[in-house]
Amino acid sequence: MPSYLFWLFSTIMLIGGTAVVAFRNPVSSALSVVTCFVGLAGLFIGLSAFFVGVIQILVYTGAVMVLFVFIIMLLDLKDEEKPSKPLLPIAAGLALVAAFLVQLIGILSNSPDMSEPTLSKATLAAAAAGFPADGKIAAALQLGKLPDVHLIGNTLFTQYNLPLQILGVLLLVATVGVVVLSNKQAD
Amino acid sequence: MATLNDYLLVSGLLFAIGLAGVVMRRNIIIVFMCLELMLSAANLTLVAFSRFHVTANGLPDYNGQMLVFFVITVAAAEVAVGLAIIVALYRARQTIHTDELTSLKG
Repeated sequence: MPSYLFWLFSTIMLIGGTAVVAFRNPVSSALSVVTCFVGLAGLFIGLSAFFVGVIQILVYTGAVMVLFVFIIMLLDLKDEEKPSKPLLPIAAGLALVAAFLVQLIGILSNSPDMSEPTLSKATLAAAAAGFPADGKIAAALQLGKLPDVHLIGNTLFTQYNLPLQILGVLLLVATVGVVVLSNKQAD
Repeated sequence: MATLNDYLLVSGLLFAIGLAGVVMRRNIIIVFMCLELMLSAANLTLVAFSRFHVTANGLPDYNGQMLVFFVITVAAAEVAVGLAIIVALYRARQTIHTDELTSLKG
């Protein structure tokens, strides 16, 4: 990804993130999260992770944040946060974040840096040898394209089959749990 | 070209923003949104490592993106359960401000 696109999407993401904390109105905060996640999806796509970028948009900004906005509407919050804020949580939060940032910069300045490995057509064509010759993955790699979704599907259903099924059980348990939680309050 | 440390720095900044929101805000819905920001910062780190890791065949390391896939799915389940708990909390206590929920303070 060109450098200016990286900084553009990073700026969108960080401004969106800051706005989440800064806005008083929960709906404004929820829409700032959407902005932040759109920038993040741009970064994912710039890192050649097309599938992850698309599900970031579909799942997070499409489903999760709409759920948040829906709950804010359902609760119909009358009063916003009181204007008189105690100083202690703000000071504690800023001190914690400053300590974290000092630590982060200290680590990053001492760790070895890496530039992005190239995904040239020659690299992709050479990688095609590791896949069945008549399959879609090998055909796309021969053409010099990165078949991101096919590769993820291949990894998911060969190496990560059991975790995927456990994840299905988890989603079922979450669905049942949410129904039980909502029903108990009805009577 | 952006280097690995640039991605790690941006991801760390996003995590710090999320952490600041969790500590400073008192509206429990916004605290929950900031938790999502922190999870997403971790996802950015994972995808960056997946792309910058040179594997034997020259492709990105898809094990990292598998972990991102699982994190996003678990986060979606977590949001559903968490929001149901927030709605139940609001029905029981009529508030979602964390400084008014002091039953455990003794």
